[in-house]
Amino acid sequence: MQEVLTGATEPVLSVRNLTVRLPGGADRENAIQDISFDIGPREIVCIVGESGSGKSVTAQAVMGLLPKRDLVVTGGETRLQGEDTTKATIRRLRELRGTRMGMIFQEPMTALNPVQRVGQQIAEVLEIHTDLPAAEQRKRVLEIMRAVQLPDPDLMIDAYPHQLSGGQRQRIMIAAALILDPALLIADEPTTALDVTTQAQILRLIKEMQSRRNTGVMFITHDFGVVSEIADRVVVMQRGRVVEQGTRDEVLRRPREAYTKMLVAAVPSLVPPKRAPVEGKVALEAKHLSKVYGKRTFFNRKARIVKAAQDVNFQIRKGETLGIVGESGSGKTTVARCVARLIEPSDGEILIETVNVAHLPERDLRPYRRDIQIVFQDPYRSLNPRRTVGQSIVEGPINFGMTYEKAQEKARELMGLVGLSPDALDRYPHQFSGGQRQRICIARALAMGPTLLIADEAVSALDVSVQAQVLELLDNIRKQFDLAVLFITHDLRVAAQICDRIAVMKNGVVVEHGTTAEVFRNPQHEYTKALFDAAPGRDFGVQQSVA
Amino acid sequence: MATIDAAPPVPRRRSVWSTVLRNPSVLFGGSIALFMLIIAILAPVLGTRDPAEINPSARNQKPGYTAMVRDDEGKRIQVKYHLGTDSLGRDIYSRVIYGARVSLIVGITVAIIAVFIGLIIGMIAGYVRWLDGIIMRFMDGLMAIPEILLAIALVSLSRAGLPAVVIAIVIPQIPRVVRLVRSVVLSIREEPYVESAITVGTPTPTLLFRHVLPNTTAPLIVQGTFICASAILVEAILSFLGIGIPPEVPTWGNIMAEGRTYFRILPHNILYPGIALALAVLAINMLGDGLRDTLDPRFAKRF
Repeated sequence: MQEVLTGATEPVLSVRNLTVRLPGGADRENAIQDISFDIGPREIVCIVGESGSGKSVTAQAVMGLLPKRDLVVTGGETRLQGEDTTKATIRRLRELRGTRMGMIFQEPMTALNPVQRVGQQIAEVLEIHTDLPAAEQRKRVLEIMRAVQLPDPDLMIDAYPHQLSGGQRQRIMIAAALILDPALLIADEPTTALDVTTQAQILRLIKEMQSRRNTGVMFITHDFGVVSEIADRVVVMQRGRVVEQGTRDEVLRRPREAYTKMLVAAVPSLVPPKRAPVEGKVALEAKHLSKVYGKRTFFNRKARIVKAAQDVNFQIRKGETLGIVGESGSGKTTVARCVARLIEPSDGEILIETVNVAHLPERDLRPYRRDIQIVFQDPYRSLNPRRTVGQSIVEGPINFGMTYEKAQEKARELMGLVGLSPDALDRYPHQFSGGQRQRICIARALAMGPTLLIADEAVSALDVSVQAQVLELLDNIRKQFDLAVLFITHDLRVAAQICDRIAVMKNGVVVEHGTTAEVFRNPQHEYTKALFDAAPGRDFGVQQSVA
Repeated sequence: MATIDAAPPVPRRRSVWSTVLRNPSVLFGGSIALFMLIIAILAPVLGTRDPAEINPSARNQKPGYTAMVRDDEGKRIQVKYHLGTDSLGRDIYSRVIYGARVSLIVGITVAIIAVFIGLIIGMIAGYVRWLDGIIMRFMDGLMAIPEILLAIALVSLSRAGLPAVVIAIVIPQIPRVVRLVRSVVLSIREEPYVESAITVGTPTPTLLFRHVLPNTTAPLIVQGTFICASAILVEAILSFLGIGIPPEVPTWGNIMAEGRTYFRILPHNILYPGIALALAVLAINMLGDGLRDTLDPRFAKRF
């Protein structure tokens, strides 16, 4: 068993030898096996691990929220202030939730009831657990809303969730979780769905709230930047077991276990490496590219107009990677989709050599389809589940007149190139992991022999160790095929490592554009500066690359 | 670069059909529907009399009535009317059995034709943006007219008969299929794998048939069974109202229409075809419900 580090005082939560069994037919016997850790008051313990490591199951076990029948606690205990929640009755658990333990989730939109006012949803906790009169409840709700720094609580208390931004919704969730001053707050990836600037605010808020209220926090995350920002202690999990635990500095700076070392090393650094300027031929040029959504029509004269992209200009040379970074809604994906001609830009030019493909009808566009290929974010939806990966890869070449045998041969060659066994061509996508599917998508794109590869958040859905491998693959094929790469990402760390030049977008406009080293060293625009300031764990990456 | 092995072979999901056949309502509804189908096919063997044969001496008889009749060679034989006779002396039992043929033919052909036409229109509406509005407003207009009223109007446009009835029932059903297919197409066309297929230059018809169409199969099978049940009902209603298939043809609706006048004294004229109709519709609806539970992911039980 792992050595258990205890805080100085009596722990709020003490997990001992907890084991939860998976239903038969899963890839392993237990979802979590024999894990032990403590969370003291005023302490933030980060549980980190890649997907499938059992982080969320641990949280559910503590809350007593494990799906019945499928996941069963078969051993160990989770003592919340001395009381074992794995053995508590449903009724007792209900009492404990809200009063002694609160929980916030990843997706603040789905965690809130869309048809109920947010004030009411916070007050619900009071209604269930206290017998305060309505007026008093309202007062308490306003108080906590002020405490989580929501603007204008008197107005916002009667708002519906859809009227709030993602960050505000997460603040509401935190308010509801903390209103009764629970001893333990369980936060399951609470900032993963948020933009980096909002994430920084929410992290600061959680830290402030817990230290003021003496709350112990179990913070589940996959992001080492966040860990280095917020954690007091860190528990590293892999395949249901605790690999290593210790203080933040011990785990992040002096990891003992090979797995932790590998994870920490895989986190891309925020310091861009030196890159020689690329001198190749211009592969693609975008001039004054704009996309406007919503059109005033005869029936709808007041239609809302969204300028998703405005006057975007860039050139990408062969062998060069241009990064477009920005938060959600900045228009970076719109630009990618315009360039790939999945949508038609409203205005501007997209030049491949001298041909403007921006407004070509589908029939005339077809010959140029080969030149631009795209890899999408979600590896689970990028491949047709009903077709073998081989069929998916050969589809494009066959469309352009290649014989089946030749296409098949090329597909085998490409599978080897992206690091997969060529014999796997006749398997279906569900038989591959996320990283492997992303490799298959890259192979499919390469089969067309493109000059420009667009990677639209292509590594964002992947675990950090897999992400590192796919990034390496992208870099290798760029060199090997002298590809121009348009790399769309929200992740500054990834952008720092892979891009030659970076364009920062906000509200559809490119606010800053320059070489990666320059932009990172000396950001000019206010927004770029704010973005860099908000990046979690900035010193973490720096230290690591210096060491 | 090092070759990474393919993922460990995940156990193949159990075939869809084996889960479908495990569902109790599929089993129950399916076996009754199959039973009806067998009866319809074997009608000439199972029927005791020619369903159109009129026997003036055995009119309005109760179930179980026996009579002496001459057969084709002129010999006198004893005949038992299991379910009685109608006001023209026709054998209800044989007529109900032959009626199953018409009902099932109408139900199945309507389902197939409506699904086929609806699928094509729905794919066009879902994929061709500028046609979407026009097609869907037309479909909305069709749906605004009550199904039976529209069918009556359509039948009255042409001579009564099986084809006219089928067409009259198909047309009001099409908008339902179109809506369903369009919604599936609209959600699938946004899938990254469809967009990938666009960027590798897949021509639109191939794209639709290869990547979009397979996703409509399951919901269409379900919708098809419901259309089948509803078509059987509408056909019976049209026949009962006397505007469907000509009255001499044995259909459940015609038998009931025929028996309506003496319904108080001779309820069997309506009872037996009514039972057959109810059973057929129930069985097919149960089959559809079961199929929806197993095929439609929205209703699927979570792991």
